[in-house]
This record gives sequence, C-alpha cells and structure tokens, in this order.
Amino acid sequence: MFKKDLTPSPKQKLKSSIQRSLRQNLLSTYPLLTPYIDEVLPKKSSLLSMKLQGVERATLYIIDDSTPLFYEVDKADVPLLPHLKLVHRFPQAFPTIRIDRGAIRFVLSGATLMAPGLTSAGGRLPDPKEGPERAEDGHWTRELKKGEPVVVMAEGKEEACAVGMLVAGTEEVKKNGKGPVVEDAHYLGDGLWKLNTE
Amino acid sequence: MADVESGEVLEPQSRHVVYCGVCTMPPEYCEYGGTVKKCQEWLEKNHPDMYIRIWSPEALAAATASLSIEAQKRAAKDAQKKAAKAEAAEKKEADKIAHSIVTIKRIERNKRKYVTSVSGLEAFGYELKKVAKDFGKKFATGSSVTKVPSGGEEIVVQGDVSDEIEEFILEKYKDVPEDNIEFVDDKKAKKAAAAAAGGS
Repeated sequence: MFKKDLTPSPKQKLKSSIQRSLRQNLLSTYPLLTPYIDEVLPKKSSLLSMKLQGVERATLYIIDDSTPLFYEVDKADVPLLPHLKLVHRFPQAFPTIRIDRGAIRFVLSGATLMAPGLTSAGGRLPDPKEGPERAEDGHWTRELKKGEPVVVMAEGKEEACAVGMLVAGTEEVKKNGKGPVVEDAHYLGDGLWKLNTE
Repeated sequence: MADVESGEVLEPQSRHVVYCGVCTMPPEYCEYGGTVKKCQEWLEKNHPDMYIRIWSPEALAAATASLSIEAQKRAAKDAQKKAAKAEAAEKKEADKIAHSIVTIKRIERNKRKYVTSVSGLEAFGYELKKVAKDFGKKFATGSSVTKVPSGGEEIVVQGDVSDEIEEFILEKYKDVPEDNIEFVDDKKAKKAAAAAAGGS
C-alpha cells in the first residue's frame, strides 16, 4: 500500500472527542493492548493526525509530535492498523503469524503474503488450544478470521516485519495451502516506515 | 542496549528497539536492505554485541541452514542485485550533487533596491520552504518561494544579501560545496530589458 515514498504533510491536532473514540476503537480492535493503553496513548498528550496520499488515502496518527502509532485506511472494513514501530514496542499486544525465511525478502519488497510461506516448516499459524491467547512458544491459540489485523513475524528474527489485514482466515489457509493471505501490508522499509514524522 | 531482548517478559514498559542508522530497519533485517556493507559497519561500531549476534559466522550458518541450496542461491543473487541497485542509486545521487549549482542572483528591482534570488538548493535535498523561512529569520527580511517561468522554484529574499547569503549557506547547509555556488548580477539584463521596453 505504501510502496512509494510518502511526503510528509502538515499535522493536525485532533479534537479530544475524536481522540476518545479512537481510543475506544483501538481497545475493541486490540483488546490485548488494554494493559498498555495508558502508555500508548497517555491521557495528557495530544494526538496528531497526518493525511497520507498514497495509492489509497490513509490517515496516520502520531503522538508526542513524532511517534507514529496507528494508521487508518480510508476504506470500509479495514481495521485500524498499528505502525510497525508500535508493534516493535508492544509485540505481545497483537495477534501474530510467522513466515518462513524464504518468504522474508518477498514480503520486504512489498509482495502479497502467500499461504506456502506460512504452511511450511518455518512458518507459524495459530494453533488452537486452551490457555492464554498468546502461547509460550509464540503461537496464537485462536484461529484468526478473514478481515482481522495481523502482525507478521519472521523465522529466525525477533522483530515483526509487516502488518496487515488477513484476506483469508487462518483455518482456510491451513486447508487450502495456497493463495494470498495478507494483501497490501505495511512492511519494513516501505513508504510509511520511511516517512519523516518530525 | 541490553534491554532489546527483554520484551519477551511481560512488563508494563514498552521495549526499546534499536534501529539501524543506515537503513532504519531493525538490524536483523539489514540483509534485505541493499546497503548491507554499510549497515554492518554501522552496527559493528555502534552496537558490537548485536553485530556479533547477527553477523557472526555461526549465526549466519544457522540462519541459512533451513533453506534449500537452490533457495539460498536465489536469495544470494537477489541480494547482490539489490546491493548493486542501491549502489548505483547512491552514485547517481552523488553525481547529481557534484554537478548541481546553486545560483545566487542579485536582481535590481528599483534603483538601489535589490532582491536576491537563490535557485538550485532543491538539488541538494533541501526543502525550499523551510530554507526560505530560515533565510527570512536570519536576515530579518521577507523571503519566499516563487515559481520560475521556466519551471521549478527559487527562493527570493528581499534586499541585497548576496554576500551574506553565501556565507550562511556554506555554514548551515553543509552539503553544498563552495565551488558549486555561482553569483549572477542581474543588473545589466534588467536595464537592457527596460531600455528595450522603453524604446519600443
């Protein structure tokens, strides 16, 4: 979605009412973020928004003048998605899947994430079982549905490499073993990542 | 920077992630960035412990072991191509900078009244609007970005500040080499034009 470099545009302060609704939205989309919400969105600091002109219109939310938090694509049914810098700060708050090593370079050049990268030995899909949503080994214990936001980790790496919305449920992916899984993701080194938010 | 890995423990604080100073990505992803050499140098200098963890021969061997030989070859080829591309882009950029010229023009507006126009700064990657603001602050005069008929933009500063502006540019915008600054006095051209206009 942000394959091309973006140019920074003026930032606008948000009304506190919008800030409040955004906070609500955030918590309902990412319930696991609840313990950290006061750190992500301190009550006192003001939230800024920046309009992005990419292939699609999007709005980036920034806090403390330069820390990017979330972006919202101007399209129906697309959830609020976290900026990768936020994911790196709170990796435990987002549902994850993992791709194998061979797929990393494709994802980092903006390709659509395909199922084989997840179903192979190095990949990781949710593994339904009892217990907390995030298992000890990093597996997610709940099947993710189509349309849910997901963070893409990589085999042998600690940090997340992309974030996007599932276009196929994880159950479906396991069954079919082919086809696109995450389209139009925000990945390391893309325009949004490089965007200067100062 | 030992706290990088502590994120696995559930703690209320956010983690602090080190980002590569060259390609801006987390260092473990530098290998995909195309500026691998530089990233390595940077990491070795700034975070030697991470450098050892990521780029030591054992770590590399472990990382590539999971790929088939064919895939490894492909990845290597891809990386090479990317590196070459990045290098070429950098070279081109350097070339462009070496050949760009900043023109400082003193234009006579009215007898004894001048404006100074500066063009060409955009080639060095500066944002004209911000630079114009700085000029205005420095010289306490009006300073604006205007469009040139031939396309492109230039900064127009009120008053004759051509000498000071050169010094200021050299001091503040270090990317501009002294030899690439050119002075033009637009007095005669204006006069001739005025004469021509008056004659007709």
